[in-house]
Amino acid sequence: MATPPSYPFSPPERLDLDPRYARLRREEPLVRVRLPYGEPVWLATRHADVRTVLGDARFSRAVAAGRDEPRNTERRQDNGILGMDPPEHTRLRRLVAKAFTARRVEQLRGQTRATAHELVDGLLAAGPPADLVAHVATPLPIRVICDLLGVPVTDQDKFHTWSEAIVSTTSLSGEQVQRYLDNLFGYMTGLIEQRRREPADDLLTAMVQARDADADRLTEDEVIQLAAGLLAAGHETTVTQIPNFVYVLLTAEQGWARLCADPGLVPSAVEELMRYVPLGATAGFARYALEDVELGGVLVRAGEPVLVSIASANRDETVFTEPDTLDLARAVNPHLGFGHGAHHCVGAQLARMELQVVLETLLERTPGLRLAVPESELTWKSGLLVRGLTALPVSW
Amino acid sequence: MGENGWRVRVDGSLCIGAGICASTAPSHFALDDGLSQPLAERIQPDEAVRDAADSCPMEAITVFDVVTGVQVAPEP
Ligand code: HEM
Ligand code: SF4
Repeated sequence: MATPPSYPFSPPERLDLDPRYARLRREEPLVRVRLPYGEPVWLATRHADVRTVLGDARFSRAVAAGRDEPRNTERRQDNGILGMDPPEHTRLRRLVAKAFTARRVEQLRGQTRATAHELVDGLLAAGPPADLVAHVATPLPIRVICDLLGVPVTDQDKFHTWSEAIVSTTSLSGEQVQRYLDNLFGYMTGLIEQRRREPADDLLTAMVQARDADADRLTEDEVIQLAAGLLAAGHETTVTQIPNFVYVLLTAEQGWARLCADPGLVPSAVEELMRYVPLGATAGFARYALEDVELGGVLVRAGEPVLVSIASANRDETVFTEPDTLDLARAVNPHLGFGHGAHHCVGAQLARMELQVVLETLLERTPGLRLAVPESELTWKSGLLVRGLTALPVSW
Repeated sequence: MGENGWRVRVDGSLCIGAGICASTAPSHFALDDGLSQPLAERIQPDEAVRDAADSCPMEAITVFDVVTGVQVAPEP
């Protein structure tokens, strides 16, 4: 049998989506590929199949631990909550899910708005031009997750550096990844110890208390790893998406100008941008079939791994009308930008709120927002699981 | 089923179809046209259903004790 093509099919180029996905959805919705390391794997590209892989209990994340899991780094990583299946997974997830419900997140909106205004004050004072990444996109999600967890925001330089370990493919060496993770976990161990001694009104304290009340069900390591995961995942992705969103709005037709004319579109615009932006630079977290499953016209055998392309699912023409067009008022938008099923992003409501608040604040304070350099001069990060800008110089 | 047990509801106006419930408690919830539906409204107590209700980001799932009328989940 021929060696399957390597994945990703092409190096990420800005936020462009490889045209191969459209052909695969039409002709070969389940295709064999290889990641840089690990065993060959199926890749699902259609919306319905991606949902099945992520949501159907016949597909397991836990099995991956005992296999040569397809991956982007030579070293294996313990994925914590993202490496577990229900009911094990549920035991951990329940511990924090309450803190991230839509209702709880709504209570943080006012404070987030105040933070956004303060950061935009700083942007305005620094320019024009000034860098949106440094002034707004990076500090905002960090402050929000710090407040929620109870992590001192003054430590941000440390943990922001270490957090890159969870999204790095080649940007860090294997040894650096290990060192950063050790630092992050060590740091979190200290904070949790401190909360045990001096409880506060924050999520870390709630996690410690739940663990101490039910020590049989939760280990100390699980709690530390989950807290570190929330801190890292809680800002890395949102920090990246804010500039991606603004970049698309400033460069697409029917983008910023349309939103300025109708700021009421912000909530649907955020959903549309979640759909439209192919955030992932590659794929990961393969699911293993627990039994034979018919998927995309192929029989996936028990024990075989499957990856999904969320970006491709989000452009599926059988689900979205004119999928390649940015429509900020799109009414029906079942995008999979936050995943689906048991592992559906626990921070989704929080990320949505942050993205809405940032766009609303920029619309209000800088309606004349535009790129301060030609588009071709923007620089993109590389060697990460996600695509994003290193800087976004803007004027207003 | 007798007079005891739990009553399960999903508020379709709150559900966003994230599918956490159907993955957490597949014998009690399924997505129908993108939205969650309980497979049975009256059930015998099952921790998986309580977990699903506690895990729903929209608090769209509510579980009541049929006899006492007390809300079993989600936790406030
Ligand atoms: C725009 C920002 C974000 C995006 C695009 C995003 C995307 C995702 C996706 C696609 C998954 C599912 C991965 C899979 O099933 O393979 C996921 C899971 C997860 N996300 Fe997010 N996320 C964002 C923000 C956040 C925030 C703010 C937090 C923390 C507060 C967070 C914490 C997590 C955690 C802990 C998981 C694993 C959940 C589990 O395994 O049950 N994310 N995210
Ligand atoms: S977990 Fe809640 S929002 Fe998600 S599908 Fe189930 S009921 Fe709907």
